[in-house]
Amino acid sequence: MAEFTMPSLGADMDEGTLLEWLVEPGDLVHKGDPVAVVETAKSTIEVECFETGTMTELLVEPGITVPVGTPLARIGPMTEQPGEPKEPEEPEEPEEPEEPEEPEEPEEPEEPPRPGKPEKAGKAGSPAEAEQAEARRPVRHTTQRGRPAEPSPQPERRPAEPSPQPEPGPVSVSTPSAPSAAREHIEAGPLARHLAEDSGVDLETLHGSGPGGRVTRTDVEAAVAARAAPRAPRVRASPLARQLAAELGVDLATVTGTGRKSSVRAADVRRAAPGPSAPPAPAPATPVRPSAVRPSVARPSEDRAAAMRQAIAGLMTRANRDIPHYYLSTTMDMAAAMEWMHEHNRRSPVGERLLPAALLLKAAALAAREVPELNGFWTDDHFTAGEGVHLGVAVSLRDGGLVAPALHHADTLALPQLMTALKDLVTRARAGRLRGSEVSDATITVTNLGDQGVETVFGVIYPPQVALVGFGRVVDRPCAVDGLLGVRPMVTASLSADHRATDGAVGARYLTVVTRLLQNPEQL
Amino acid sequence: MNRTDALDMVRESIASVIPDADVTALGPDDVFRDVLEMDSLDFLSFVEVLSERSGVRIEDEDTSRLTTLSGSADFLVAQMR
Repeated sequence: MAEFTMPSLGADMDEGTLLEWLVEPGDLVHKGDPVAVVETAKSTIEVECFETGTMTELLVEPGITVPVGTPLARIGPMTEQPGEPKEPEEPEEPEEPEEPEEPEEPEEPEEPPRPGKPEKAGKAGSPAEAEQAEARRPVRHTTQRGRPAEPSPQPERRPAEPSPQPEPGPVSVSTPSAPSAAREHIEAGPLARHLAEDSGVDLETLHGSGPGGRVTRTDVEAAVAARAAPRAPRVRASPLARQLAAELGVDLATVTGTGRKSSVRAADVRRAAPGPSAPPAPAPATPVRPSAVRPSVARPSEDRAAAMRQAIAGLMTRANRDIPHYYLSTTMDMAAAMEWMHEHNRRSPVGERLLPAALLLKAAALAAREVPELNGFWTDDHFTAGEGVHLGVAVSLRDGGLVAPALHHADTLALPQLMTALKDLVTRARAGRLRGSEVSDATITVTNLGDQGVETVFGVIYPPQVALVGFGRVVDRPCAVDGLLGVRPMVTASLSADHRATDGAVGARYLTVVTRLLQNPEQL
Repeated sequence: MNRTDALDMVRESIASVIPDADVTALGPDDVFRDVLEMDSLDFLSFVEVLSERSGVRIEDEDTSRLTTLSGSADFLVAQMR
């Protein structure tokens, strides 16, 4: 049985708040599926799971803050019927006797383990985590809104909370949208048939949620209820989403779910809620941009900004203290690149246009592939090359602060793809919808401050990475071209690199490669 | 399209790109890209939306005319004549 633990989402994270589960006990999960939403000091992140199996038990309630490494859930082996994803079945009215011929959900053999064994919490390998283990502070219980509640020595289930083992999902119900195998004939037990007859429901129209697409009593009841329509048809939604929907007066049925299998998540509810849906935040002390209150931010923005500031402060202090940086810069002629880009844009629909940033990022990624000494991590006194080039992109958030999520395999993306991925990444970074792998995987980071009008940026490396590339504004400058004075669009590229991992010659080679690549934009 | 409609369209396009922006507070000659701290991605989205709504194809070269509300409105009116 595998444990799904609070991941380390970047070197600046030592604890996280579980905001929302995107799955319920009994759900089948695949490696890479987002299963939970975790809030760190810096952002709200969708965390993927690293196992394929069945979620057997959720150990931590939404709203609880736990250290990195704390088990959040247990994932068991796949127990579903062949070809049929296991859905939580008939979780509604569990007190009623099951229909006799309904196959029982396989009993989980393991006794429900006690959550949050503290000695397990810090077991993971990295030195950062070991550090945290030493300095581990007691787990804070927080409410949904992030206000601290009474401290508790270890994560524990609220006593009133029933074990989720026997009843999957607190309020969920088998949904009409549950996937089912193609059915040649309608599978339904006598009770379901009887019920259907009594209430005049056509079994043919039902979507069976039982094993093998079997129509269950719950399906029939749901159909009856939907027809009578005193209550909305059941919508697949996370528990937090349901709670929020009730609080905000949002009809779940009207919300477009963006979660797994189109299930509705808390963020969807907040988007659908009328008016500003963030919890009433105290009026900001200083005038801030209206965007300071982002709907997806679950805690008051002031706290949030302070927490982010602290996280950045901690990480950058460590970077500046531990990493002997060296800095290089060069000014590159962008004439060929800009001309090529404008030509591309003239030929393309407006939605497929490129920005100079796309070309710069691509060049930075390709150069990282060519100079792999700068693409990777310095941990435990040695360098480990990154597997693939995952380009961290520094994104400034509208209400202050910064995140640097990764564009995975940026070196392999064609420019239009890279542009699309960049737009998506920036949008999600600002909406608080990044994936765990995006915030933890970057192998080298690029900061592009050209939009802010600066010409040169010498950045601080994001540990444990070993290099940070900076681009300034593309600006027309006089320069020597073929022995004459010409005016060309130029950009200053800089490199901050970790002298423990590389020497200046390697850094120089990197910037030379970037310059060369940008002179041949059609090859980017 | 008259100039008032064009102004409205520009404001709506900005609002759709930066939902939290108070576009009613923008003066006709404010450089909105600076006032609203739009980065190049935001600005590109604005150009996309404006182009879509107006049916006017906006080239890279034209974007230097889209820095203020009134400049953008003038551009739209001129293109649609």
